[in-house]
Amino acid sequence: MSTVAEANPTLRKTALNPVHRQMGAKMVDFGGWHMPVEYPATGGVLAEHLAVRTGVGIFDVSHMGDIRFTGPQALDAVQHISMNDASRLVPDQAHYSAMLYPEGTFVDDIIVHKIADDHYYFVINAGTREKDAGWVAENVGGFRCKAENVSDDFTQIAIQGPQAHTLLQKLTDTDLSLIKNYWFTFGTVCGLKNTMIARTGYTGEDGFEIYIPADPQISARVWHEVLEAGREFGAIPCGLGARNTLRLESKMALYGHEISEKINVFEAGLDRWCKLEQPEFIGKPALERIKAQGTTRRLVGLEMIERGIARDGYPIVDDTGRQIGYVTSGSVAPFLKKNIALAYVPPGQAEIGSVLNVEIRGQKVKAKVVPTPFYKRPKK
Amino acid sequence: MNYPSELKYTKDDEWLKIEGDTGVVGITDYAQNALGDIVFVELPKVGAEITAGKPFGTVESVKAVSELFAPASGTVAAINEELANTPEKVNQDPYGAWMIKIKLKDKGEAGKLMSSADYEKYAAERG
Repeated sequence: MSTVAEANPTLRKTALNPVHRQMGAKMVDFGGWHMPVEYPATGGVLAEHLAVRTGVGIFDVSHMGDIRFTGPQALDAVQHISMNDASRLVPDQAHYSAMLYPEGTFVDDIIVHKIADDHYYFVINAGTREKDAGWVAENVGGFRCKAENVSDDFTQIAIQGPQAHTLLQKLTDTDLSLIKNYWFTFGTVCGLKNTMIARTGYTGEDGFEIYIPADPQISARVWHEVLEAGREFGAIPCGLGARNTLRLESKMALYGHEISEKINVFEAGLDRWCKLEQPEFIGKPALERIKAQGTTRRLVGLEMIERGIARDGYPIVDDTGRQIGYVTSGSVAPFLKKNIALAYVPPGQAEIGSVLNVEIRGQKVKAKVVPTPFYKRPKK
Repeated sequence: MNYPSELKYTKDDEWLKIEGDTGVVGITDYAQNALGDIVFVELPKVGAEITAGKPFGTVESVKAVSELFAPASGTVAAINEELANTPEKVNQDPYGAWMIKIKLKDKGEAGKLMSSADYEKYAAERG
């Protein structure tokens, strides 16, 4: 095995790509991006997962995209194109939301940041960047609002875990204790002024995401400074492998798995973030109908009872072997030390305690429906 | 990477150790490293017939499911039951963490497998 993976010329790269390869990361193609899946020299998926649950881990999530809305009708545009009610946000506050098709299914799930009355900022998924930017351009043209795809402008570093606060506090004079979960501010981090510092993440743990210029030298310097500042807490770099198992334990949706253009808000169980009382947004009429009619499937959490790991796409079958649903994501849960999965099943089988069969390589393997999230971080 | 010279190797990254009429089977250092943290090993039942080059079980890392291919034909004489609860042993000690023992049908079959020198070259080519 070569110690430094080669740069793949056909894939897109973040500014930190050379740093990952120098650190011996195992690199993979993730939705067209050349990204670290794990860092075997310092962790490996399981150790990285546990570092985030018990200490702190550092992720390069610069492949995530960003769309900036500015102008007098920025709020109207945001309200039209996303399902949560952004009028409830105050400056420096963010919330989870989604952009929907008229059918009430997902263009993408997003985090909406309110920077000012005339300035909103979406963080979107990597694999859906172009689609999302196109969708926004198509649908907000009628508003006095500029929507810009600024995805390539930032290196986004996620610092996640119970020690994230203490770590990042060493690198900024902004009082991080004043930033509540899903709030953000602008401050100086590693000497970089006006850096967006958000108390957000995709791990189910406390943590921050910082947005710095996508310059390779600056990005590498900050990455190393963050790791160095975290050394006393056992901070290690974490790849997409741990990111996936962490978000799965916390039942956070992954586009193309739990949510897609074929899955609606009620099926996915994300209606908590969908505010139907708003006057208007794309997808609302369809969702009102779906709410009245009910859905034919629901997303549930499964825990394997028998030996086996349910994997993405495996069928859920009844005792006669007839398929009644499918697994959207499945894995070992490294912190819980169980084998868990998320799956779509008919409402009749979605009750907590229901026993279902996952078909694994032709065998029926028993699993039970359990409450989600599988993991919830302890309250301080 | 370590490839003991007394073992024979398959292109699917299993090793075979001949002990009299028995073949002991596991996966190589290259394989465990490429897979990453191994979390699940599924093995056949004792008494099962297996065929050289055909799948006999599964090994799963956090991210991936990989089939295990038999380096030789025969009957499964024993399985390493310890791996059910401690699959990480395959990462820690790939040549100690054997998976199955086969009562070999034809010891000559092992002659078709790679030597450690050839396998080392084969592994290095794949990076």
